[in-house]
Amino acid sequence: MSLIIKDLYARVKDGAQILNGVSLEIPKGQVHAVMGPNGSGKSTLSKVLCGHPDYEVISGTAELDGQDLFSMSVDERSRAGLFLAFQYPVEVPGVSNANFMRAALQARLPKGEELDAVSFYKTMRSTMSKLGMDTKFTARAVNEGFSGGEKKRNDVLQMMMLEPTYAILDETDSGLDVDALRIVSDGVNAMRAPFRSFMIITHYKRLLDYIRPDVVHVLYKGKIVRTAGYELVEQIEQNGFDFLKTEE
Amino acid sequence: MDESPFQIDTRGEFAFPENHRFDAGYGLTEATIDYICDAKGEPDWVRAFRKDALRRFREMPMPTHWAPQGINDLDFDKIRYYLAHGTAPYKSWEDVPDDVKRTFERLGVPEQERAFLAGVDAQYDSETAYNNMREELSKQGVIFVNSTEGLRDYEHIFRPWFGKVIPVNDNKFSALNHAAFSGGSFIYVPKGVKLSQPLQAYFRINSESMGQFERTLIIADEGAELMYMEGCTAPKYDSATLHSGVVELVALKGAKIQYVTVQNWATNVYNLVIQRGLAMEDAEIRWIDCNIGSGLTMKYPAVVLQGRRARGEVVSISLAHSGQLQDTGARMIHAAPDTTSNIVAKSISIGEGRASYRGEVNVLKGMKGCKNNTECDALLINPSSRTDTYPAISVNGNASAVQHEASVSQVDEEMLFYMQQRGLTRAQAMSLAVNGFINDLVKEFPMEYSVELRRLIDLEMEDSIG
Repeated sequence: MSLIIKDLYARVKDGAQILNGVSLEIPKGQVHAVMGPNGSGKSTLSKVLCGHPDYEVISGTAELDGQDLFSMSVDERSRAGLFLAFQYPVEVPGVSNANFMRAALQARLPKGEELDAVSFYKTMRSTMSKLGMDTKFTARAVNEGFSGGEKKRNDVLQMMMLEPTYAILDETDSGLDVDALRIVSDGVNAMRAPFRSFMIITHYKRLLDYIRPDVVHVLYKGKIVRTAGYELVEQIEQNGFDFLKTEE
Repeated sequence: MDESPFQIDTRGEFAFPENHRFDAGYGLTEATIDYICDAKGEPDWVRAFRKDALRRFREMPMPTHWAPQGINDLDFDKIRYYLAHGTAPYKSWEDVPDDVKRTFERLGVPEQERAFLAGVDAQYDSETAYNNMREELSKQGVIFVNSTEGLRDYEHIFRPWFGKVIPVNDNKFSALNHAAFSGGSFIYVPKGVKLSQPLQAYFRINSESMGQFERTLIIADEGAELMYMEGCTAPKYDSATLHSGVVELVALKGAKIQYVTVQNWATNVYNLVIQRGLAMEDAEIRWIDCNIGSGLTMKYPAVVLQGRRARGEVVSISLAHSGQLQDTGARMIHAAPDTTSNIVAKSISIGEGRASYRGEVNVLKGMKGCKNNTECDALLINPSSRTDTYPAISVNGNASAVQHEASVSQVDEEMLFYMQQRGLTRAQAMSLAVNGFINDLVKEFPMEYSVELRRLIDLEMEDSIG
């Protein structure tokens, strides 16, 4: 069982082509890091996989445990186990964090089944305390007036509550201070399991020191140009992406 | 019983036979008024009053600038002005069509309430509940009766204020209501009495409770406090196509009145309601208003701030679908110094629906230290949805602060994507977004209403997208 992306070409609707034949396989239980210079298509890849309406797939396939991802709606993909921690989490005015999470969990239950409110709040509170979040955040509107770091933490909270089987973290480390980075990483590490995999998009080694990836990919100009182990992270940290240019 | 079942024109929404013991027939004439007065056993002064109002109604023109176009489609001769079914039960729960029952079920309206809403009579339990409540209230000196009883049995209390806040010649519809009124509540709360429980129109069930020309007068004596609730979120079906009520509130020195309305008439109904309150020194009047139903609503609750430091507020939510025009708003007349008013209006337009805000804030000549804050926000769901804002602000005094903010927005695609990425369907995401938009206002409604309102919005979104 895995997430398999084959020859994926995609573009902004009526606009520039960003992905130029991405192929990638993330087996269950593994953590894959995706690195690359700005504008190489990392965020686009995550959005295309999740079905963002601004992008369209030109060709190629993506399979999630054998299911054709591109034939599913955004919410079907989510309920099938795909999660995206946003680079810029969105504010939802007037909707409390607790109500939002309840609705999201309720959406996963079979028709007619009601989410147990008591155990929901218990889980939510204990997850929040793991992430060092004040419980008063349950009543606050989703991300509204949150600092950059609070938004990122809130997205990780949602991930931990929804327990996806495939999680994409898009630059979750940006905007986090050292303490927050450690707490968030602990949260992710605690979720690592043989039945779950992660795609971690980042620019920095810092995060990958906390969350050790099994495989590291470099995405450049919409294509995976290099795949290796952790040593690639160290190489990039020292020399940057210059090697890409010399290879061109 | 005479058997004269007829079909109601409700654009196929639903129809079933009714038996009315009293039916004044179509059109409004002196004979109609005599019929109404006789049926209700009214005193001569009321009869004379009604006939005078009828003359004025005929003479007055239709409102023009303060009115949307659709109002000219009204044909006053095709309306029945008085229907009452007396005391005999005329319908049973079994007669209520299945689709209506289903709607009630989806909304989770309690069984007992469903029957009432569907127009089923003989609610023994609620009669009892009402009588118990009335007994409890009368111990405190509170009078809570219908308009007929009010004018007949408590003339000395209600007559001095009747038609004073909204005079007969205020506009054509006010004259119409003065001529044809039936139903509605007359309430008097004595000095210093603070009612902890809201008074509900729901309990005041009688043959006239569904009156199309409802007349309500609430008087809160000095320092008294009360909340009044009318309507329900569940769709209400009626054979009468014109509803033109008049609601007058009088808050004497230091009194507080909150008036809550949730309106969900069928779309064949014109809902033209005049609501105005008079707030004396240190008094407070709040209108909390939600309009969901009716094809054309025109409703601009007003507060005349007549005494120093009086406060007025209008909190308004409206929801307009295809085929609906919700023309709502507020009026604040600052007629004394140091008075404050607040208007918060939010509207949601779905499909081809249209919601308009009309507001008037008037600080009269020579008034100092007055404050008004107006906020109106409109949310458009579809590209074909429409909203308009017509604010009128007039400040003739000095040293007053008036502030108006308006916004129009659409549900943000990025937000929907975010919510859908968490597993909500598009309809669920949309309804959560819409609920979020009006959340701060829904909180102003009593608990049971706010729960129903949220559920209703869910249904609306499911139907419009799902």
